[in-house]
Amino acid sequence: MPTATISGVAVDVNDEGFFEQPDQWTEDMARELAAQEGIAELTDKHWQVIRFMRQEFAEKGTGPTVRVLGKTSGVTVKELYELFPKGPAKMAAKIAGIPKPRGCI
Amino acid sequence: MSDTIEKVSIIVSKGSLEGVYPALIMANGARAEGIEANLFFTFFGLDAIHRKRIDHIKVATVGNPGMHMATMLGGLPGMSALATHLMERKMANLDIPPIHEFIEMIADTGAGLYACKASVDMFELTKDDFIDEVQEIITVGEFYERAAGGEIIFT
Repeated sequence: MPTATISGVAVDVNDEGFFEQPDQWTEDMARELAAQEGIAELTDKHWQVIRFMRQEFAEKGTGPTVRVLGKTSGVTVKELYELFPKGPAKMAAKIAGIPKPRGCI
Repeated sequence: MSDTIEKVSIIVSKGSLEGVYPALIMANGARAEGIEANLFFTFFGLDAIHRKRIDHIKVATVGNPGMHMATMLGGLPGMSALATHLMERKMANLDIPPIHEFIEMIADTGAGLYACKASVDMFELTKDDFIDEVQEIITVGEFYERAAGGEIIFT
C-alpha cells in the first residue's frame, strides 16, 4: 500500500491518493490536500462540505454522491461545482480523507 | 495523445426512457469526474428537453427485445405506461432521479445543453418549447465547434 506524507505525517493512501484510513486524517491535513487539488483557500462552505463528507462516511461507510451532497449538505449542486471544480464528491472526499465514493449518479 | 478524457459531447437522438437515461448518466458522471460535458439533443431526443414532454418519457415495450415480452402483448394499451411506472419505481429506489430533475441537476453541474437546429425546424419548435436549462439551438457545425478537442458519443 502506498503512503503519502501530509503535514509531516505518513498516511496510507490508494493509487489515486485517497485515504485508506480516514482516522489518520486531521483538519490541518485538509489545507495541504486542498492545495494539492488546486484550492488555495478553504472557505466555510468548503468546510461545511468536508465535515458532511466525513459524517456521511462515518455513518454509512461510504462517501455521498454529488446528488446526495446537493440535497442534504446544505450546499447546492451549482455551488458544489464552484467550490470543487474537478468534481465535488471526488475532490471533497480526497480533501476530507475518506475513500473515493463509488456510484454512478 | 492524453490517457485521460478531458471533455465529452453526448448526442441524444432517442426519446424513450432507455434512450435518454444512459446519456444523462454519462454526462452527469463526466462532470462528477471533473470532465467537461455537453449534451446535444436531436430528433426524438428533443422530447427530453421539451416542456410538455419531459415528464412523459416512456419505455419502449414494442420493438424492444430486451423487454422479454411478446410483441403483441407490448402493444396493448397502457403497457408502456405500466413498464415505465415499474422501471421508474426501481430507479427511485436506487436514488436515480427522474429525467426532469436529472437534467436540471446536470445543468447545475455546468454541462452545456443544446438543441439541434435541423430537428427543431423539422418539428416546428421554438426555444420557448424547451425547458429553461437549454442554452441554445445550434447547428451541426456549431455543435462540432463546441465539441472540438473532446470525445463525441452518439446515443
